Amino acid sequence: MGNDIIIKVENLKRDFVVGSETVRALRGVSFDIRQGEFVSIMGTSGSGKSTLLNILGCLDKPTSGEYYIDGIGISQCSKDKLSVIRNRKIGFVFQSYNLLARTTALENVELPLMYNHNVSSKERHEMAEHALEMVGLSNRRYHMPNQLSGGQQQRVAIARALVNNPVIILADEATGNLDTRTSYEIMTLLQELNLQGKTIAFVTHEPDIACFTSRTVMLRDGHVIKDAPIEPKSAAEALAALPSNEDY
Amino acid sequence: MRLYNLLKIAYTALMRNKMRAMLTMLGIIIGIASVISMVSLGQSSQLSIRESISSTGTNMIMVMRAFRRPGVNIGNDNVQTLKMADCVAIRKGAKNVDLISPTVSSSGQLIRGSKNWPSTIEGVSTEFLTIRKYELESGTNFTEEHINTYAKVCLIGQTVVDNLFEPDENPVGQDIRFGKIPMKVIGVLKEKGQNQMGQDQDDIVIAPYTTVQKRILAIDYLHMITASAVSEEATDAAVAEIESILRAQHRLLPGEDDDFDVRTQAEMLEMMSSVSGFMTILLAAIASISLIVGGIGIMNIMYVTVTERTKEIGLRMSIGAKGRDIMLQFLCESTILSLIGGVIGIILGLVISYVASYLLSWPYVVSQASVALSFVVCAATGIFFGWYPAKKAASLDPINALRYE
Ligand SMILES: Nc1ncnc2c1ncn2[C@@H]1O[C@H](COP(=O)(O)OP(=O)(O)OP(=O)(O)O)[C@@H](O)[C@H]1O
Ligand SMILES: [Mg+2]
Repeated sequence: MGNDIIIKVENLKRDFVVGSETVRALRGVSFDIRQGEFVSIMGTSGSGKSTLLNILGCLDKPTSGEYYIDGIGISQCSKDKLSVIRNRKIGFVFQSYNLLARTTALENVELPLMYNHNVSSKERHEMAEHALEMVGLSNRRYHMPNQLSGGQQQRVAIARALVNNPVIILADEATGNLDTRTSYEIMTLLQELNLQGKTIAFVTHEPDIACFTSRTVMLRDGHVIKDAPIEPKSAAEALAALPSNEDY
Repeated sequence: MRLYNLLKIAYTALMRNKMRAMLTMLGIIIGIASVISMVSLGQSSQLSIRESISSTGTNMIMVMRAFRRPGVNIGNDNVQTLKMADCVAIRKGAKNVDLISPTVSSSGQLIRGSKNWPSTIEGVSTEFLTIRKYELESGTNFTEEHINTYAKVCLIGQTVVDNLFEPDENPVGQDIRFGKIPMKVIGVLKEKGQNQMGQDQDDIVIAPYTTVQKRILAIDYLHMITASAVSEEATDAAVAEIESILRAQHRLLPGEDDDFDVRTQAEMLEMMSSVSGFMTILLAAIASISLIVGGIGIMNIMYVTVTERTKEIGLRMSIGAKGRDIMLQFLCESTILSLIGGVIGIILGLVISYVASYLLSWPYVVSQASVALSFVVCAATGIFFGWYPAKKAASLDPINALRYE
């Protein structure tokens, strides 16, 4: 994989002021993510994983510290500029899918491109079709979210995150609502995408999901306590090893 | 974001909740329909007044006795200020006056055989028919000879014919009685319809003024003088001439009030249309209140929508929608609601005013201005009442919005 740094955070701090108290969710976090990495961000509940991911996703700004995405320093950016960065450089996958109800899978996937002036409606259509193909749901393109299983909905959400060709895909507990089998299927998909060169940062608190990634950043109380590459297990193999559903 | 995309998003959002969209629109529909129909009906009534006034002759001048005199109010019956001599003087002296007729009138019961009908008899000169634009359907007008001999002859209107005669009878040549006085019908007037005051102009008996003065009322003064100016433009000049002649006739000193009143149809027209114009404005004002209520309905629903779709807003923001995009999306929704409502309302309003003016047999007027204005008002309503909810949506924090349940 290449060595270009996609994400660089330096001494990132984030304080929340609630009434008279200050919650220090991040207390100085520094790390880089390079092109092609598949990083899991782990930690116990309340350790600041979501807070960190929101900042990485330009939804939130740090209290102090600097964050660069694709070479752009975020602290100087206006709200509108941040929207453009989210639109062009980031793909989000949420725990609860967040698809638009009563909107077809295809239209859900097209959504980010709707906010991009440079994409014509024909291109948008083609790109959305392609993204659905990558997650293996071409045959469900006209299905509404309520006609899809949770795993399929999450695949649509992944397709939506892929469609704008982001520099990084950010996922917050993307398998949190899914059973083991479906989680493994999603991880298989993410591994495939990673092999194709996609950079992914994946928040989870489950070690048996994190083991499919190639690097783990461990957070505790707003500090990075461990940041080490690991040898990723193959999700496809783990999926094959699961007892099949027909057994009972 | 492209306009087409915006419209598409707004449209899909509205279609997700058809019933609610429809009910919200109903407010606007009712508001616009009532504004349109009120304005249109107001204008129809104005036009119908104008038409009926010009059907009685726009150059008509009426000289009435003045009922107000200094000191005691002696009641209008006893005001005897208008005489035949005044009529003669005007005819001689007023160059702008074309035709002139003394007028005395009395109401009473018309009797023929077993039928009877309450009506009014107008004692006039031979010129009256032309001044008031009455035409004869059959028979002839009376002559100077009839006037000189106090002849007991009369012309009758259609309403009188309908009430005293069988449908297949020819009234001309027949005798009827006005109270105790027998009169011969020598002509029947063409139907004329109602005048601007809603009076039936066909419920009339016309006779020589001398007959009415001497045989019915036993008076020697006139109730009124009816005249016509040589043209509509000459009306004001004719009025001035009549006023100065009458003041001289009545020997009024400078500074003394007139003991007569000169009225013209043009004045009537102005007065009536200003009254109905005011009514139109009043009705339109009341109707626009319902439009405001409709607008508030939109605002209410937009607030609900924004709250309901907080999560969607968060998602859109997280994938790159700017505050402005979100704002436009919701503004677009409220504007679509009000515009569709407005179009339906305009159509409904036009239908209502068409049916109403048909039933009232008024002319049907479509005021392009009011239609165009309603359309603008609709769009403005959508934007105005959609503004705050949209602003609220746009200012949401994406993280909180995404977390919203
Ligand atoms: N908007 C906020 N206002 C105040 N405090 C906040 C806010 N968001 C997060 N926090 C606090 O910051 C800390 C980190 O929260 P965060 O959501 O990042 O945890 P997490 O690691 O994602 O936990 P979980 O695994 O349960 O999702 C928590 O103590 C939380 O209470
Ligand atoms: Mg979290």
